[in-house]
Amino acid sequence: MKRRLAPYFLILPGGLWLLLFFVLPMGIMLSLSLMEGDVVSGYQMTFHWQTYVDGIQNYREQIVRSLIYGLITTVVQIILAFPIAYWIAFRGGRHKSTYLLLLLLPFFVSFVLRTISWRFVLTDEGLLLAPLKSAGLLPADFHIIGTAPAVIGGLVYNFLPFMILPIYVALERIDPRVVEAAKDLYATPVQVFTRVIFPLALPGVFAGVLMTFVPASSDYVNSAVLGSSGTTMIGQVIQSQYLTSQNYPTASALSFTLMAILLIGIFTYARALGTEDVLKVAAR
Amino acid sequence: MKPQHPFTSPPPLDPALLRGLTARRLSRRDALRISGLSAAAMALAACGVKGQGNQTPTTPAADAVAKFWQGKSKNGKVDMASWPLYMDPEKPELKAFTQKTGITVNYQEVIEEMGPWFAKVQPQLSAGQPIGYDIMVITNGVQFKQFVQSNFLAPLDHSKLPNYKANAGASYKNETFDPGNVYSIPWQSGITGIAYDPNRISRPITKLADLWDPAFKGKVGMFNDPAELGNFGMMVLGIDPDKSTEADWQRAADKLKEQKSIVRKYYDQSYIDALGSGEVWITQAWSGDVFQKNVSEGKNFKFVVPEEGGTLWTDNMTIPITAQNPVDAIMLMDYFYDVEVAATLAEYINYITPVPAAKPLIEQHASEASGEDKDYLAAVAESPLVFPTEADYAKLNYYRDFANAAEQQKYQTIFEPIILS
Repeated sequence: MKRRLAPYFLILPGGLWLLLFFVLPMGIMLSLSLMEGDVVSGYQMTFHWQTYVDGIQNYREQIVRSLIYGLITTVVQIILAFPIAYWIAFRGGRHKSTYLLLLLLPFFVSFVLRTISWRFVLTDEGLLLAPLKSAGLLPADFHIIGTAPAVIGGLVYNFLPFMILPIYVALERIDPRVVEAAKDLYATPVQVFTRVIFPLALPGVFAGVLMTFVPASSDYVNSAVLGSSGTTMIGQVIQSQYLTSQNYPTASALSFTLMAILLIGIFTYARALGTEDVLKVAAR
Repeated sequence: MKPQHPFTSPPPLDPALLRGLTARRLSRRDALRISGLSAAAMALAACGVKGQGNQTPTTPAADAVAKFWQGKSKNGKVDMASWPLYMDPEKPELKAFTQKTGITVNYQEVIEEMGPWFAKVQPQLSAGQPIGYDIMVITNGVQFKQFVQSNFLAPLDHSKLPNYKANAGASYKNETFDPGNVYSIPWQSGITGIAYDPNRISRPITKLADLWDPAFKGKVGMFNDPAELGNFGMMVLGIDPDKSTEADWQRAADKLKEQKSIVRKYYDQSYIDALGSGEVWITQAWSGDVFQKNVSEGKNFKFVVPEEGGTLWTDNMTIPITAQNPVDAIMLMDYFYDVEVAATLAEYINYITPVPAAKPLIEQHASEASGEDKDYLAAVAESPLVFPTEADYAKLNYYRDFANAAEQQKYQTIFEPIILS
């Protein structure tokens, strides 16, 4: 008897964790999204699926925009993160941990504070633009704050370590003898990279994409601080539905929709790349 | 550049007098955005799906006042929830109150935006638990109504409010959002109008239509609050928000959509920083903020109440129904209506005081003072933003009052797309 129950006891902590912090909130959110009413007289369960239809219809633009921003952010991050991670892993020598610390140091400061600081740097008459404008290099009405590049720039900046670190870990684990073997077999440096190093680093890239695409496309701080009404992301819509309009069902429905889109995207992506490899790397 | 009062000649200012007098609500909304979400989540987890109230506006039962106040006595302390920089940080008024009554006051600047504040205290109030505050300063508008309809506010015993009775201005004794001041008495009022930078805009700004001027493309700021935004959309078309219909809202929304291409952003409290940094040149603005920005940063921004009208709002002192020290609370509320106290408060915060008799007192303070203090106090006493004239009041409108939640949601769905897309 004890023997048969043992595996269940072993998964108990994990299961409880999942139940408490994922299944339960999800359940509450799902049920709330199907209710009708208002904050004063309360919400009644009416299985009102129309909320989803209306929500997606009204805010399709913001959902699509968020996914596009998330995608661009992720691609830019891979392009930036790979060389950095590569350099630290293969050229860092004794100072690897110092470089990593330097990389993470700015992130010891609050996320919101750092984002707001960018406003001061990039604002219309700020440190960067004022000299360029007075030198006549830029037209007087040129601005960065409030544009899509400003928001995407903020997203890239804020989530970059989450891309660098997994790639670094994957690269770091590559056995130098594998690279030597490739060279012994007359591979050119380009071939060593494309045939040996890059494929071995892919699981890191995969993990990095997961850790950055999801938070980037559901982020609302960067768009709120660095953007304008033309860059509104779905996170901002949900935030304002909860707190300004107190329209809890619509907010829940939009959250649920966003999560469903992201989950489907991730699973498709995992299939395409082969999930098993990732799990193996994670388990190593 | 010398700091200037937006309406009067430049008074040079004593830095000591103005210590801490920075923009009142600077970034408070940004900060609360972050913590506010968790509050909303808490509201949900605490099964916030149950409502507390009814949709029809409540007139309290005749014996409600007696029932609430019966058996309540002075406890010697009071906790007050207010907005940031709404009082001199040295709190001289509160110290004097403690000396006079023996009641210690715990004054906290915890309210930064009405929606999140309601979301934060709603679970405790629904459960009949104290929220830790005996006075809350809340703005008239959607959430004020929600507080009333949910029966979250204690009916005030006006026999305990002699100063209020004697000193409050006539218009502050019969507010449309709380007829008869059953649940609230005003703390301060303010005006939503237009602020602009005369260094960048050479022509004088006088009317709402100036916010639609294509010459200011990309340099116009508007508020992201549907009540504030909608009011300007209606007033520019000559619609009285108070009497507006759904069709009017639609017309106002169309008018605001025309403006979208020249609007830089729909701002929260950060509009004042955007004005300061040159991100916008002309913006919707709150009266006291502009004054405080000028004095704290030596700016020269102008604030105008537009010809078509501005919005008058009032922050009100209320007692939550679960307050633990209501007697001390109502004593403190009445104390703020002492003319001397009202005068020193107004001298510091520069919003509209509900006590008109404070004006001669501030003038008297000015005549007793010397040098820079004298000029400063004289400017405060003369400022139409602290003591509006009848003609000024006539130009001002309140936020649209909603009969029920359905109407309010309708309003939201009409104006929200302007802000969010």
